[in-house]
Amino acid sequence: MANDALDTKSPLDIELKDPGLAALLAWLIPGLGHLYQGRTAKAVIYFVSIMGIFWYGVYLGGSSELGWGRVVYASWRPGDRRLPYLCQLGAGLPALPALVQANRVRNGKQPLFGGFMAPPAMGGHFDQFGEARRDGEQPTVHELHKKLHRYFELGTVYTMIAGLLNILAIYDAWGGPVILEEDRRREDDETDESQEPSGS
Amino acid sequence: MDNLVLAVLGAEDFWFAVPLILSVSFVYAATRHELIGEVLSHAFRIGVWIVGFMAAVFVVLQVIAWLV
Repeated sequence: MANDALDTKSPLDIELKDPGLAALLAWLIPGLGHLYQGRTAKAVIYFVSIMGIFWYGVYLGGSSELGWGRVVYASWRPGDRRLPYLCQLGAGLPALPALVQANRVRNGKQPLFGGFMAPPAMGGHFDQFGEARRDGEQPTVHELHKKLHRYFELGTVYTMIAGLLNILAIYDAWGGPVILEEDRRREDDETDESQEPSGS
Repeated sequence: MDNLVLAVLGAEDFWFAVPLILSVSFVYAATRHELIGEVLSHAFRIGVWIVGFMAAVFVVLQVIAWLV
C-alpha cells in the first residue's frame, strides 16, 4: 500500500488515515477527503478549482428560460446517449441529482426543482418552429443547442473536466502525492544498490 | 492577414480557457506535491507551459491558414 510505504521514508510524513474512506469523501465532495486527512490547504485548492469550474459549467449550460444545469444530465436513451455524464460523475455529489431526475423521468414523474439536471425531452416535443412549451415540459436537445449556442458545449466541457480532475484528487487522497512516491522509490533503489556486495 | 484579424476578433472566446488552465494547473500540481509553495510554483510552470503550447498551436494553424 502506498500509505504504508510513505510513513517512514518519505521526506514529509503524511497521515492518510483511512485511504478508502478518504477517497470516498474526495469523490463525494472534492477536497473533503483531504480535509478528513488534515491536508487543509490541498482541500481548499481542490474544492475551489474543481467546484469552481463545475458550477461555472452548470451556469453556462442553462438559462432562466430553459432551466439550470441542462448540461449535466443522465440519459441512455436511443438517440441521446449522454457519454459526457460518465466524466461529470467524477465530480461526485454535485452531479448526482441528474441520476435522481433521470429516474423520475423514466418512471413518468415530473422532474424536481424546475428541471435542474433533468434529461431533455425526446422527439415529438420540438419547438423549433417557435411554439411555446407547455408548463412542466422539458426542452429538447435541439432546443438546448439552439438557444444556448456554444455555451451548451462549453458547459459540458467545463463539467466534464471538473469530473476528470476530481479523479486525480481522489487518487491523491488515496495514495498521497506522486512525487513523494517517486522520491521513496528512488531512495529504495539507492539503498538497494549500496547494500549489494561490491566484489561480485 | 484577414485570418489574423478574424482570429483577434474572436479572441474573447479565449477567456473561457483561463478558468480551465488555472484549474488544471492547480489540481495537477497539487497531485505532485504536498507543500503549498511547491504546489504554487509547479502550477505556475504548468500554466505557462499550457499557454505556450496553445500559442504554438495557434501560430502553426495561422501559418497553415496563410499558406492554404
